[in-house]
Amino acid sequence: MDYGHSERPSEAAILPTAIKILVAGGFGAGKTTLVGAVSETRPLRTEEVLTESGVGIDDISGVEAKRTTTVAMDFGRITISDDLVLYLFGTPGQDRFWFVWDELALGAIGAVVLADTRRLADCFPSIDYFEERDTPFLVAVNCFEGARQYRLDEVQAALNLDPEVPVLLCDARRRESAKEVLISLVEHALKLREARRRVG
Amino acid sequence: MAVKGKSADHQWVDDHAGPVVRPYAVTGGRARPVTGTFDLISLVTATRRDVSPEPGLGPEHLAIVGLCQRMQSVAEIAAHLDLPVGTVRVLLGDLVARNLVQIREPHRAVGVSDHSIFEAVIHGLRAL
Ligand SMILES: Nc1nc2c(ncn2[C@@H]2O[C@H](COP(=O)(O)OP(=O)(O)OP(=O)(O)O)[C@@H](O)[C@H]2O)c(=O)[nH]1
Ligand SMILES: [Mg+2]
Repeated sequence: MDYGHSERPSEAAILPTAIKILVAGGFGAGKTTLVGAVSETRPLRTEEVLTESGVGIDDISGVEAKRTTTVAMDFGRITISDDLVLYLFGTPGQDRFWFVWDELALGAIGAVVLADTRRLADCFPSIDYFEERDTPFLVAVNCFEGARQYRLDEVQAALNLDPEVPVLLCDARRRESAKEVLISLVEHALKLREARRRVG
Repeated sequence: MAVKGKSADHQWVDDHAGPVVRPYAVTGGRARPVTGTFDLISLVTATRRDVSPEPGLGPEHLAIVGLCQRMQSVAEIAAHLDLPVGTVRVLLGDLVARNLVQIREPHRAVGVSDHSIFEAVIHGLRAL
C-alpha cells in the first residue's frame, strides 16, 4: 500500500485505491444519518437523473419533450491514506430505482443494510438484492426510541438470514457506532473472501 | 444556463421521486456524453489551471475545471455543483473532448491478493 514517501510522484499522479461500500435499507431507516456520521465531507447528496418512466437515461428519445426526475443518493468519503479512499453510497430508499442500485453496487466490496425494527420488512428488498448478487452484507439494527427492543437472534430469525450474516445494533447518529458497523462489514467481507478462496 | 433558476423550476412528482428539473437545461438537451463513460468514482483532474469562456462551454464546465484542480470523483463533482450525475457526465464528456480534464480510474480491490487492502481499511477505520 505504501509506495514510499521519499520519491513520491507529483500529487496528481497518485491514483488511490477506491473501496466502495453501500448503505441500504428501507425508507427512513437511517441511511443518510449513517453516511453523514462517518464521512469526512459534509453530507453530500448526489442525484441521478431518471426519466418519468423510471428507466435509464439511455432510453431517452425526444429529450426536449420529456421531463426528468431526479433521485437522491447519499455520498460520503473517508480518506484512509493518500492511496486508500473509502466511498460510501446511500442507496435510494425506493425499490423502483433498482437501476441506480446496479450502478452503485458495481465493484462494491459490501453493503450495510439498516433495519428499523418498527418496520423490519422494509429491508427485505435490500437483503434479497444483496443475497442474489452475492454481495457481502450485514444487518445493522438501528435503535429508534420507542421501538420495541428485539434480541439480535430474533431479528436474524425474522429476516430469515443465513447464520453467517452478522447482525448488530447501531445508532446511526453516533460516529463511533457507525464506524463499528463499517469495520464489522469489512471484516465480514474479508472473511468471505478468504473462505471463497479456500473453496475455489 | 439556468442553474440559478433551478429551484424555481422544481415541481414535485411525488414524495419519493424528488424534484422534476427542467430537462437537461444545463447540457443543452443532451442526455449522453459526447465521449467516455464515467463511473461515480472515476477520478477527474483538470489539465489546465483555468479556462477562459469559449463557445460551447458554460459556467458549469468552468466550475468543473476549477473544482478539479485537485483530483475529484465524479460523485463529488455532482454533489458540489448540485447537479445530477447524468448531467455531470455530459459536461465531463465535453471537457474530455477538449482535453480540459483527464479521467482516471482508481485502483479497485478486486484481486485475491489484495487482502492487505481490506486490512488497511480496517486499521484505518479503527484509527479514525
Ligand atoms: N433514535 C434514532 N434515530 C435515528 C437513528 N438513525 C436515524 N435516526 C433518525 O431517523 C430519521 C430518518 O433518518 P435518515 O437518515 O434520514 O433515514 P434515511 O434512510 O436516509 O431515509 P430516506 O432517505 O428517506 O429513505 C432522522 O430523523 C434521523 O435523525 C438512530 O440510530 N436512532
Ligand atoms: Mg436519506
